[in-house]
Amino acid sequence: MFPVSGILIAAALSSILSQQSAPIFQPGAPGAPARVITQAEAVDLGRTTFIPADVAFMQHMIVHHGQAVEMVDLLQTRAANETVRRLGQRIASSQAAEIDLMRDWLNTRGQPLEMPGMAGMHAGHDMGDHALMAGMLTPNQMAGLAAATGPAFDRLFLEGMIRHHQGALDMVDELNANPDAAEDPMLSDFATSVVADQSAEILRMQSILSEL
Amino acid sequence: MTIRSCLFSSAAALSLLFSVGQAQAQAPAGPRPPAVFPDARTALTGGLRDAGIAASNLALEYSVAPPPGFFDPDALFAPPTNRAEAEALQARNRASPPRYSALALANSDMAMSNGRLFVGNFHGFNGYDVSRGGAPELVLSVVCPGGQGDVSVHGNLLFMSVEQNRARLDCGVKDAEGEVNAERFRGVRIFDISDLNAPRQVAAVQTCRGSHTHTLLPSASDPNVLYIYNSATSGVRKTDELSICSDGEPGTNAETALYSIDVIKVPLDAPEQAAIVARPRIFADAETGAIAGLWKGGRSGVSSQRTAGTNHCHDITVYPELNLAAGACSGNGILLDISNPEAPKRVSDLFDPDMAYWHSATFNNIGDKIVFTDEWGGGTSPRCRAEDPANWGANLIASVREDRTMEGRNFYKLPGIQMATENCVAHNGTLIPVPGRDLMVQAWYQGGVSIMDFTDPNRPTEIAYFDRGPIDASKMVVGGSWSAYWLNGRIYSSEIARGLDVLKLVPSQYLSAAEIAAAESVMVATINPQTQTRAVWADTPDVATAYLDQLTRASAVNAELATEVRSQIDPWRAGSPDSRGAARLARTLNAESEKATGADQMRMKALAGLFERMAG
Repeated sequence: MFPVSGILIAAALSSILSQQSAPIFQPGAPGAPARVITQAEAVDLGRTTFIPADVAFMQHMIVHHGQAVEMVDLLQTRAANETVRRLGQRIASSQAAEIDLMRDWLNTRGQPLEMPGMAGMHAGHDMGDHALMAGMLTPNQMAGLAAATGPAFDRLFLEGMIRHHQGALDMVDELNANPDAAEDPMLSDFATSVVADQSAEILRMQSILSEL
Repeated sequence: MTIRSCLFSSAAALSLLFSVGQAQAQAPAGPRPPAVFPDARTALTGGLRDAGIAASNLALEYSVAPPPGFFDPDALFAPPTNRAEAEALQARNRASPPRYSALALANSDMAMSNGRLFVGNFHGFNGYDVSRGGAPELVLSVVCPGGQGDVSVHGNLLFMSVEQNRARLDCGVKDAEGEVNAERFRGVRIFDISDLNAPRQVAAVQTCRGSHTHTLLPSASDPNVLYIYNSATSGVRKTDELSICSDGEPGTNAETALYSIDVIKVPLDAPEQAAIVARPRIFADAETGAIAGLWKGGRSGVSSQRTAGTNHCHDITVYPELNLAAGACSGNGILLDISNPEAPKRVSDLFDPDMAYWHSATFNNIGDKIVFTDEWGGGTSPRCRAEDPANWGANLIASVREDRTMEGRNFYKLPGIQMATENCVAHNGTLIPVPGRDLMVQAWYQGGVSIMDFTDPNRPTEIAYFDRGPIDASKMVVGGSWSAYWLNGRIYSSEIARGLDVLKLVPSQYLSAAEIAAAESVMVATINPQTQTRAVWADTPDVATAYLDQLTRASAVNAELATEVRSQIDPWRAGSPDSRGAARLARTLNAESEKATGADQMRMKALAGLFERMAG
């Protein structure tokens, strides 16, 4: 069985050391000497933060991912092809997980989940095409998808989802084009994984589409 | 290859019960799924500096707070877990914006050289003198932000991984503008630390995806050459910033900076000339040559992990004496032949439906097993709760066959359930050099430190642990042990938020005083945990007793033989070895070893060999 022996509260046996100090160096560029800095300067160098473009990226991507989940909802009753169905479910679960991650990121930083005036975007009502994120289906296109069934639906779904995913890649490109954006490590990792995952899914969808 | 792990995937369990039953009938020590349950470390009280502690067979010797310039309570990272917390935080942040990004001052990986311990940090690194065996004494702090600050040491050079966009060549963070910036630095920095009172950056090797971790590989033929295998996980930088870089999938860009590692060559007499010499396509399909030849990403089955696609390695561990490297490469574990360091060649690969992200790799001392870790969720989430699968976010123990293919044998996960306020998943560790056994000490973030015995790869078990309660009992603040390494007789644990801990093994029924003494006797001048060297033990009474203790624990020797062995060791320890008796005992042990199997046979032969040498 599981070994549990000699449980002890070790704090009594150990010495908790108070803070020590030594010179703090800030190196220069390669070849240049280091300079000695103060404790306050050292801490200051660690301060970084996100910028409004990062927040907007996450807010927009939540809406963008939300539409993918809605498209897969339609797929449950309309798709003909089993491969398309399975792929759709996988996309929905990964996009839902990423939505949670993005909400966490915004919550952690005290940022609203939606941009002012963004309410209603999820449902796609009352909006012209121009207000949608890159690659998103317009309300008319969503209605067209909802009206289709069988092989016609499969084709529309794949075409729509490929464009939708491509839009996400464009959004990441746009974010990265801003030199001050994506410096937050978690956001940077997330953006990288969006690119990796969605590129792979696009390839997969193109291959399924060619075989329909 | 993945049948065993499918066994533990709930959906596949029923269909495979039959075949597994057969396997167990043939091999009595067959795999069984890892078990996790509540224990003394499950519900410890919280606190940054005063959290409750539970330890089993480990004692905390020293706990060193983060140095000046490397701590600020505002830099602690606490994702809210409910709406009320989120709203409170939003209100706070509106009043005064947060000043730090996540992990801005987090401690990371470690290396040791000539009695000095170097602890990496997202903010730079710190050096401690540990040569006198007492409390670590801070001797140097270097501020050079850029994360994640993994460090290695070779001679007078210290190497550091840098991956974030904010990092600058001159170690500053300000005044760099524009999409393409000549001052931006992502890659491997090289510092000259020959004078700790005047550390100097001597080179900074730019790479396309920065550097998440790196691994040193000294050239076997040229003492003036050191190779670095660079593993980078983040985005590809713009071609205009670094001309060798371009992004995209191989289908559209055959020159893509994805799907490779960087091989950096460092001329030790002129480190400023360090440069990338190769970017091998180690994930290529062996037959077609397609660049993206391994896992494409996604789930392999309904209840499987969503495994990351293999377009990078997270970490590579080299074992130069075996000419092998084990790569933990996102969606796969891979084995590389590194006979030609500039052209590592993949000889086998492993996939597993329960592994989300292949994170790090550790060989056992002989090199016939590899422990791969799965950093499910990336390290900032609680993944050791009661509801988390016991084979997700765990270690996968693989065996390496003669033909250098690998086979997954079983999983090991931190057995003691952790709370939702503690980020926890398998992370970095090293072997503990106890002769006759495969032991590994390992960090599990806020799950603490755990020592795993994987001598039997089918049945890895825990033999010791150390754990603190959460940093904050009311919410999850990211912290815990990043790396826990056995470094010349002590376990050093780099705690993300709390500093540096030093732990000492305590004898128990699972590990004897002699086994501990044998491990503590192994001293190595320089230790970079991702560059493995073979532990060797001198012929000493402790080493002999260690083997005897193991054979006795396994009931592999009868009482008479055990007494005979002890009656040889005692006078030897007292300074008067009996060489004739040793020769006789060696013959007896060799004969007995023919009846033993597995690890016990190896221990008996090792003990016989030891007495043979003693007899002269």
